[in-house]
Amino acid sequence: MRGGSLWQLGQSITRRLAQSDKKAVSRRCFASDADLKKTALYDFHVAHGGKMVPFAGWSMPIQYKDSIIDSTVNCRVNGSLFDVAHMCGLSLKGKDCVPFLETLVVADVAGLAPGTGSLTVFTNEKGGAIDDSVITKVTDEHIYLVVNAGCRDKDLAHIEEHMKAFKSKGGDVSWHIHDERSLLALQGPLAAPVLQHLTKEDLSKLYFGQFQILDINGSTCFLTRTGYTGEDGFEISVPSEHAVDLAKAILEKSEGKVRLTGLGARDSLRLEAGLCLYGNDMEQHISPVEAGLTWAIGKRRRAEGGFLGADVILKQLQDGPTIRRVGFFSSGPPARSHSEVHDESGNKIGEITSGGFSPNLKKNIAMGYVKSGQHKNGTKVKILVRGKPYEGNITKMPFVATKYYKPS
Amino acid sequence: MAARFLWASRVASHLRISVAQRGFASVVLKDLKYAESHEWVKIDGNKATFGITDHAQDHLGDVVYVELPDLGRSVSQGESFGAVESVKATSDINSPVSGKVVEVNEVLTESPGLVNTSPYEEGWIIKVELSDAGEVEKLMDSDKYSKFCEEEDATH
Repeated sequence: MRGGSLWQLGQSITRRLAQSDKKAVSRRCFASDADLKKTALYDFHVAHGGKMVPFAGWSMPIQYKDSIIDSTVNCRVNGSLFDVAHMCGLSLKGKDCVPFLETLVVADVAGLAPGTGSLTVFTNEKGGAIDDSVITKVTDEHIYLVVNAGCRDKDLAHIEEHMKAFKSKGGDVSWHIHDERSLLALQGPLAAPVLQHLTKEDLSKLYFGQFQILDINGSTCFLTRTGYTGEDGFEISVPSEHAVDLAKAILEKSEGKVRLTGLGARDSLRLEAGLCLYGNDMEQHISPVEAGLTWAIGKRRRAEGGFLGADVILKQLQDGPTIRRVGFFSSGPPARSHSEVHDESGNKIGEITSGGFSPNLKKNIAMGYVKSGQHKNGTKVKILVRGKPYEGNITKMPFVATKYYKPS
Repeated sequence: MAARFLWASRVASHLRISVAQRGFASVVLKDLKYAESHEWVKIDGNKATFGITDHAQDHLGDVVYVELPDLGRSVSQGESFGAVESVKATSDINSPVSGKVVEVNEVLTESPGLVNTSPYEEGWIIKVELSDAGEVEKLMDSDKYSKFCEEEDATH
């Protein structure tokens, strides 16, 4: 057997656990690559059977003792705890932090009520996506945002460059990068009941997209009711020195039902939820309109623009984009990134950007881009996997219904 | 992991071969031959059955699809004839010997997970008629393969 990136990843750093029923134990303790960064939970992951792999310059758990499939199913049945401390959290502060951020993202930041947030996109001059991010307006003078680990350097350089220019014109904005904090994601039906054990605040009043600074398990945390799985859940930013204690407390309160879950299952869950993975489904040359994120472009912003690439994006809103992101079901082997999509006559109409086997639906799911006009649900397609065409059809996303906690 | 050894002993007695006790987690069966690309071969006269090893399925994770070759197709030692897909990746399966495909394990179409739960038994992939029995000499025996796996794991 050869090839396959996970094969190589799994081979590069794998821990074999000590087995109690054997005398000769072969325990492989490789020091991870000296260059890989470790989160506050690194030792905790290893102690819990985490298979550590390099990801965006960090050593992260791809899975634990349970298989990726079992882990993915467990998230939706019980719950999952993810270490996402590799992602970059930052705060923008100052009287003008809102108008400043509006020059860089498509969201109507001014229109957000304090304590609420949204998914948004940082755009470039061509209207393409630099990164996607969850931003929250804490107050009119404080915005908290989280960006992807793989885009950290790029995003921070971009924000810094624009901040300098903005300040040189008299704007009042500054930033703080929260490297002193660790981000944990708690997702699934047990997320709220378990977390409620650890805080006095009434979580039933915190709805999807809302934010609060509060005491959890004895430490001041930033709590956002959001996630990357489609389930109800939270992202918790905790001071790093309390991260392990918080993780332990969450697992204990759930009596083992909430499991530590790795990046492998995280990717399956977000795919089932129809969410983009930057670097696959969204890139520098893809606009938020093409990516199906027009809803994230604030109404006022569609009229006024004022963000990088607004001219391109506004034109796409008017004329319609030439390509669109859609979902696919398919037979045969799972469709993977870069698989070609053909119409029934064999003409190329698009490309897959993410795909795999859905553990919850027990079928192949994928997302990708097709030419506008060919994007309607139900459209029959052929997807080429390793040179052979397999039957498929376009379908809407999410593949698994979302369960966001919203007021009824 | 006691369960694994019970399983391996059952396999061993069914296949009438002995289980090699190894220091690491994956099971390596004596009397099978192994390729560096982690396929096992059982020779029976001029017929060979193969699949992927326990070490391979363990690294691969949940198998969700197995691409099987057509009957009658010829395969060559060291060349890819199909693929095994896990949740996250696709891996080629290379033929450990040359010959003609006489049987494929159709059960894997419905139950690809057999490759994980029973890599040496129910998870067999294809059977071929050997075209060159001498090629078997180029494969590793169980001791050599166990060592090969240890070395491979240590360098990563």
